[in-house]
Amino acid sequence: MSKEGVIYRISGPVVTATGMSAGMYDVVRVGDEGLMGEVIELHGEKAVIQVYEDTSGIRPGEPVINTGETLSVSLGPGLLTQIYDGIQRPLPTLEEVMGVFITRGVDADAFDLEKKWTFEAVVEKGAAVEGGQVIGHVQETETIVHKIMVPPTMSGVVKNIKSGDFNVTETVCTLEDGSEIQMMQKWPVRTPRPYRQKYAPDTPLITGMRILDFLFPLAKGGAAGIPGPFGSGKTVTQQSLAKYSDAQIVVYIGCGERGNEMTEVLDEFPHLIDPNTGKPLMNRTVMIANTSNMPVAAREASVYTGITIAEYFRDMGYDVALMADSTSRWAEAMREISSRLEEMPGEEGYPAYLSSRIAEFYERAGRVETKNGDDGSVTVIGAVSPPGGDISEPVSQGTLRIVKVFWGLDAGLARQRHFPAINWLNSYSLYPQSLNQWFRDNIAQDFPEIRTQISGLLQIEAELQEIVQLVGSDALPVDQQLTLEVARMIREFFLQQNGFHDVDAYCDINLQYSMSKAILSFQEAAKNAMAAGAQLNDVVNVPARTALMRGRFEKGYIDTIDDMVKTMVDEIGATVEDN
Amino acid sequence: MTGKEYRTITDVKGPLVFLNKTEPVAFGEIVTIRLADGSIKNGQVLDTSDDLVIVQVFEGTAKIDRTAGVTFMGDVFKLPVSKDLVGRILDGAGRPRDGGPDIVAEENADIIGAAINPFSRQSPHDFIQTGISAIDCCTTLVRGQKLPIFSASGLPHNDIALQIARQAKLKGSDEQFIVVFCAMGITAEEYNFFRSDLERTGALENAALFVNLADDPAVERIITPRLALTAAEYLAFEHDYHVLVIYTDMTNYCDALRQIGAAREEVPGRRGYPGYMYTDLAMLYERAGIVKGKKGSITQFPILTMPGDDITHPIPDLSGYITEGQIVISRELHQQGIYPPINVLPSLSRLMGSCIGADTTREDHKSVSDQMYAAYAQGRELRGLVAIVGEDALNERDKQLLDFSGVFEDRFLRQSRDEDRSIDETLDLCWELMSSIDTKYLVRLDQKWIEKYHPDNKA
Repeated sequence: MSKEGVIYRISGPVVTATGMSAGMYDVVRVGDEGLMGEVIELHGEKAVIQVYEDTSGIRPGEPVINTGETLSVSLGPGLLTQIYDGIQRPLPTLEEVMGVFITRGVDADAFDLEKKWTFEAVVEKGAAVEGGQVIGHVQETETIVHKIMVPPTMSGVVKNIKSGDFNVTETVCTLEDGSEIQMMQKWPVRTPRPYRQKYAPDTPLITGMRILDFLFPLAKGGAAGIPGPFGSGKTVTQQSLAKYSDAQIVVYIGCGERGNEMTEVLDEFPHLIDPNTGKPLMNRTVMIANTSNMPVAAREASVYTGITIAEYFRDMGYDVALMADSTSRWAEAMREISSRLEEMPGEEGYPAYLSSRIAEFYERAGRVETKNGDDGSVTVIGAVSPPGGDISEPVSQGTLRIVKVFWGLDAGLARQRHFPAINWLNSYSLYPQSLNQWFRDNIAQDFPEIRTQISGLLQIEAELQEIVQLVGSDALPVDQQLTLEVARMIREFFLQQNGFHDVDAYCDINLQYSMSKAILSFQEAAKNAMAAGAQLNDVVNVPARTALMRGRFEKGYIDTIDDMVKTMVDEIGATVEDN
Repeated sequence: MTGKEYRTITDVKGPLVFLNKTEPVAFGEIVTIRLADGSIKNGQVLDTSDDLVIVQVFEGTAKIDRTAGVTFMGDVFKLPVSKDLVGRILDGAGRPRDGGPDIVAEENADIIGAAINPFSRQSPHDFIQTGISAIDCCTTLVRGQKLPIFSASGLPHNDIALQIARQAKLKGSDEQFIVVFCAMGITAEEYNFFRSDLERTGALENAALFVNLADDPAVERIITPRLALTAAEYLAFEHDYHVLVIYTDMTNYCDALRQIGAAREEVPGRRGYPGYMYTDLAMLYERAGIVKGKKGSITQFPILTMPGDDITHPIPDLSGYITEGQIVISRELHQQGIYPPINVLPSLSRLMGSCIGADTTREDHKSVSDQMYAAYAQGRELRGLVAIVGEDALNERDKQLLDFSGVFEDRFLRQSRDEDRSIDETLDLCWELMSSIDTKYLVRLDQKWIEKYHPDNKA
């Protein structure tokens, strides 16, 4: 058997080759044009290949060459600010080579191989280094220091290392055994990168979205699923997370989604400022865009490409957040390939291994001790697009079994233009227990208790609403009517957040706390006033309350909110005397 | 490669022909099949190997027997494109249907169409005024968008599509769209309705029609939209036209897709539709847009009828996940005699945010649209409550909202089939209707717009 075979059969993105020695997941070049593909099944001497590009016009008999490598990504300085397709080809380079339409058979380096970076060694000659250990720094963007690590499979004693300007393929360090280390390394995408140990997460990923941070917090190193029907705001939520979450590195995967939406992201991100550093957001971002009409096999690969890049930055000791929009498209790509392979299907035509693939993917999230001894994390947030919004389908279920945070988007809320349309009654987070200490230490001692009160009020509201549906709200006793007003305030003032508003889009966690306290202050003051004879209508309509609620759209709200609350309490107190 | 004729057909099944012992045949290659009586059928290679080739026949497999001669044309399916396509009527396979001459090709374009590099796209931001208030105000259409009409049998989706085609223009511009109309499996009656309307308004001269009717071969429907979009791309990106593609009915297209899947004995996904339907639909819908460095644009208006009015059916469901919003036609409103019966609540335009505001429509548009929407949604909800507890149980606010939902339907939604409202007229109408609600309940309106536009303050 040789490295070269011939095509036997072509059926859409699946090509069968004969006469070639091949192992599973070897990368091959298919046909006269050398299209990139990956071996996904072996039958006797036939190798089944999924091809990452369109196969029209390819004939049986054309050559197939095995590269002997598995599907890998290039890792090194130059990754940040890039925009890739599913197999790590930079889209701007593709545009230069093929114009505005994506044709095929073009190879492109993941980043500039010639660009010189200033490498600053942090170990000295004679030091013993292990795989994953940091040997030098490169200031990759204004905000991010790219740490150059010994490839995980290598270790030894440094024979030679020098600081200076190098490109990514030049050797910066030689070991005693003669192995050379360059700034660029490769890693197979389907293999998780190694670490020393996994820790339990104990720090929240602060997103600036009130409903998420306050009610359903996600831990750094955790995994969250966002299922929702179309039009419920999955993409907007994912984009807000990419913009405002306090991760140091963001990997955004647009997997099988809309071209125009991806363009919006590509247009918008370079102009956005990171609220945590005040520097351009692109400096910390890597994007992967494989839209729905780009080859389906590359879509399957895109999530692995993304998570491998995320793990690489984690290994430098960074907190990385990865958004995958949408994992359902990834699952559908698996289904499509699986049906071309004529595999026996599991539920709804998806392959039987669907749930284990989903679990493997989310399991690559986590907070770890890196091989260098640092603390790093990968947080994964996956959007799910269940058909008809029904989350009993296999992809949603496979996701919910593994993630610990569920942000359920609701078409009804979206229809009322309540955004983010996250349903507070069926969403959950299993992290509050492990994060409470952090909130007590860093925000306020009573933070967890306030949260319980707020979510309790929302529960009570849901029960009262059932009665209101039957008898109308006027039939309720006034104290329950007040509860409804307080709950309405939680919904309209606190949970609703305008992701497109300059000020409201990002809400500081301390401000979130103040706002929740403001709601409880209102409840307290109103209760007292009404006990003293005030009318509900007067209490609710005090001008200061309206001012307080509108205030969240103004800059500097965090400094004025306490005074506004005081004024409101005074005005509510005054309603007693009016009577 | 052309010229050699094979007589090696082994099986014929549904729209598929299986044959063996051929020279290497390319995936996607075009095929002609010559029958004993001399007639010719066309097809395309779906699966190819050294031993077996599967051909999908566009005109149906009637009369094909094992002696039929099969010739491989050595190339994938291409459409001869030229500026002369404008004003022509072609059949579902791209042959003239209007008795005119063949299209003289300026270029032969691959009908599959390559994906646009997301990096090379330009964000759509030009507001298209359709003259229909419900669309302009609540689900604003943008040039380069794909916005389907989700309808159902017996509803006036065709009238709405035609009204849009007639009235669509950029604000403050008379520039006309070129309409590319693609019919898939619609009846001759519906087709005549479209054609005569286009003729009546003179729009036919600025249109290219690709027509596959209900009695034309179902499999041909797989290529009809691809031909239409190839023509649209050529006109938009080579000749700088702004093209509006209307295709109807996507449901028939998807059924044809299912038919082929079934004949190939593929593992079906939901409701028997193939698992790759999402990707397949994306290959059509994603051919809308604007690209950097080109003046033209493609805006798509696919029409689909939801089987059983069910929006969770795979066809509307997968479409909704790809398109940038949807316009939902409501049977309830239609039965109340309201035209256009657009239910704005589940309708959505995802690109709306990028095209409304002071520079394009009007500064108060966003605010007004949100308020109209919220007030109507609450009013509709109250109708359910009133049915149980009666109108007297409502408080003042709820009564006003309930009344508002009625005038919303009667005066805002309702307009005649040739009524072309400008965006200013639409927004002024919104203010007029909203003034029936006490200002203190209009919490989504910015105070400064209330001061400027509220009828009480205007006088």
